[in-house]
Amino acid sequence: MNKPLKQHLIDPEICIRCYTCEMTCPVEAITHDDSNVVIDAAKCDFCLDCIPVCPTGSIDEWRFVAKPYSLDDQFGWAELPAQGEIVAAGGDDAEGGDDLQAAMEALLAEAHKGAGGKAKAPATAAKPSVNLYNLGKPAVAKVQGNFRLTSDESGSDVRHIILDFGSQHFPVLEGQSIGIIPPGTDANGKPHLPRLYSVSSPRDGERRNYNNLSLTVKREDKGVCSNYVCDLKLGDEVQVTGPFGATFLMPDDPSARLLMICTGTGSAPFRGFTMRRQRAAAGTSGDMVMFFGARTPDSLPYFGPLNKVPERLLKKHLVFSRIPGVDKEYVQDRMMVEQEAIADMLADPRTHIYICGLKGMEQGVEHAFKNIAESTGMPWEATRDVMRDEGRYHVETY
Amino acid sequence: MLDLINVSYDTQIPNNVGLSSDKRVLKALEKWHPGYINWWNDLIPQNFQKSLVYLRTAVSVDPKGWAKFDYVKMPEYRWGVLLAPQVEDRRIPCGEHAGEPAWQEVPGEYRSLMRRLIVIQGDTEPASVEQQRFLGLTAPSLYDMRNLFQVNVEEGRHLWAMVYLLHKYFGADGREEADDLLRRQSGSEEAPRMLGAFNEETPDWLSFFMFTYFTDRDGKMQLEALAQSGFDPLSRTCRFMLTEEAHHMFVGETGVGRTIERTCEVMKANGIDDPYDIEKIRSFGVIDLPTIQKKLNLHYTLSLDLFGQEVSTNAANAFNAGIKGRYMEHRLTDDHKLTNDTYTVWDFEDGKVVRKEVPALTAINMRLRDDYSRDAAGGVGRWNKIIEKSGIQFELTLPHESFNRKIGVFSNHLFDPQGNLISGAEYDAKVGEWLPTHADGDYIQSLMKPVTEPGKYADWIAAPKVGIDNKPGDFEYVKLYMA
Repeated sequence: MNKPLKQHLIDPEICIRCYTCEMTCPVEAITHDDSNVVIDAAKCDFCLDCIPVCPTGSIDEWRFVAKPYSLDDQFGWAELPAQGEIVAAGGDDAEGGDDLQAAMEALLAEAHKGAGGKAKAPATAAKPSVNLYNLGKPAVAKVQGNFRLTSDESGSDVRHIILDFGSQHFPVLEGQSIGIIPPGTDANGKPHLPRLYSVSSPRDGERRNYNNLSLTVKREDKGVCSNYVCDLKLGDEVQVTGPFGATFLMPDDPSARLLMICTGTGSAPFRGFTMRRQRAAAGTSGDMVMFFGARTPDSLPYFGPLNKVPERLLKKHLVFSRIPGVDKEYVQDRMMVEQEAIADMLADPRTHIYICGLKGMEQGVEHAFKNIAESTGMPWEATRDVMRDEGRYHVETY
Repeated sequence: MLDLINVSYDTQIPNNVGLSSDKRVLKALEKWHPGYINWWNDLIPQNFQKSLVYLRTAVSVDPKGWAKFDYVKMPEYRWGVLLAPQVEDRRIPCGEHAGEPAWQEVPGEYRSLMRRLIVIQGDTEPASVEQQRFLGLTAPSLYDMRNLFQVNVEEGRHLWAMVYLLHKYFGADGREEADDLLRRQSGSEEAPRMLGAFNEETPDWLSFFMFTYFTDRDGKMQLEALAQSGFDPLSRTCRFMLTEEAHHMFVGETGVGRTIERTCEVMKANGIDDPYDIEKIRSFGVIDLPTIQKKLNLHYTLSLDLFGQEVSTNAANAFNAGIKGRYMEHRLTDDHKLTNDTYTVWDFEDGKVVRKEVPALTAINMRLRDDYSRDAAGGVGRWNKIIEKSGIQFELTLPHESFNRKIGVFSNHLFDPQGNLISGAEYDAKVGEWLPTHADGDYIQSLMKPVTEPGKYADWIAAPKVGIDNKPGDFEYVKLYMA
């Protein structure tokens, strides 16, 4: 049993000993003596109820340890010990302790590669919860809905899936992903690993203040998981891991401007962004612009509902590449048509750019950005790198 | 079905008490509401009312939902009526009714006593907002400004909480009292606030931090005692208020701590080892530690007065009736009746300060005050750690209970901070070393220059270690309205 453990701790230099966490903890894992408030690693079940009630932020501390710090260790602390050597041995970052999380983070890192460097969350993004549920302890969600979004003729079967988490705590932010574990085993007789899907609903639920979320899933030929998900029936139970992803998030700043570019199911996070802004509309001043590419209107997920979103909230450019008798148009083509508006956004430090969809779209979009930026005298790579470092440029492609 | 966890927005007043199906109380509160909004609008300078402030609001009273952060203009803040979830089969925790089911309605015989307790508690909530109304103009950072406004809107919500109880359970008398809570004004000649400490303007930010640390902590202890009440709606109200009160404690403790940290930092940087080299320390624009000690002496002793007389029959009655319990009553292991117990209090007999055993029932106030002092001492210890870490030889201490008292057995005599009885001449000679002077106040006032650039702090105070809601250092906590 030498597997490193992620231990929840309190920073004694920041804690003010209000004991609100202690009174909140449902399993009485938190206690105090005359000097410190401490958490019993044997009792803490990571429900995170204590995090929001803490007025100081001192309770959001974690250490990977081979052997957990005892209560007496913690009572004696004047300050929090630094993260020990164990992480250096376990991997190249603080997430090294958990194989699944590492694997999921690697998948996301791969998806984020198109940004040209290390992805960062927007400065004003809310703090995401990640990896609350894993293979050993997945959440179980119930299917509340499964609707086909594309017409029968379109040849592409994209589905809107609603999952309800009942009384389980499963907080997600717009832009995060969850992992779904298909039942059964792979060719080697091992259980399947989870597949990642972007959440397409906002943080307060597919239905407001309900503990549910939605996914936008396309049926892939021979796809083990996508076929499983697309065939789910009302009331079916699904094993879910996550949430995952800590950078592809929306800014909480109401004056931030969002430029969103997507194809197909890459629209999922942007549905969440748009609904978030719609629901929190009061005080929002930043605009949202979307470039959304599909083959035809009837294969564009959410074509109907999207058209009902008012233009003043979301400026929509729906672009189609396979309308009979019409020239093919891709998102990058429309971007060039709209280059003045995009140049204006690029020059504004409140602008956040998001690109989501198939890997194939990256190059064309990047090329369009380069043209537009450089036509106004901004070197594109440098502009992009600055934006990325400021958490304002995000790519998630697969 | 009534949803008692999530806040319902189906009336103008967010609540988790089913207001929409309680027409009488809803109507009364809706009638009271405009007066409240007027009070708020007249209070805080207009440009702040129009600014976007990054505040937390409760969307439910369970741990997941009560700290949601977002930008909001303060007049649009969702003040509401929030009670902690009802505990099934809760029992009266103390006094002669201990063990009986908690009351869901006010028992007739305790009506006036209970109403008075609620009114006194309610009166302090708007009072502190009134005392702090001009502080926004001199905020040392946007972070601090946001914290001030968070404290203010939550004091406003606490007023709502008390007003709800008055409207719901005390009929016409309650409505009248609720109106009076808006009529009285801190510092007013004709209609002052009920408690003395709440009629002084909070003149500067160090006073604000000291106030939130020491005086709000009295409020916290009173809430702790009322959270033990046998009157269940009062208990539930106070339990939810306590979670919010923790933020106020945090603002006070870290505010004073950051002031001390900055002073020590500047002293070290300029090679000053002597904390009493006041002139030199002040020449660098920070507040010297002896002055911080004086402020501490003042605010601590003013707050002790809020606990009332050492021996009190009112307090005994409230405890015995099960209206007000002791701090952490549910964790105490005695019989919760105290009929034969004694408690040791300070007294003044034959010209001497003595410790004396009195019936525990009559010493309820003192017991709460002792719990308060213990709680307050903890933070002082943590402030001393900051000083110790910097290597400067200085220790902050809480003065003796007899020092600078206006209420209780010590009030007619003069003591030094160690608790020695002294003459008027001795007192006059030294008081300038014990309590802040006008000159000290003027000096602190001279430092109160607003800093409104995100991530920047006034020179007399250090930046916080952690942002609110884990935000980065340069987060714009207040988007100031520019006219």
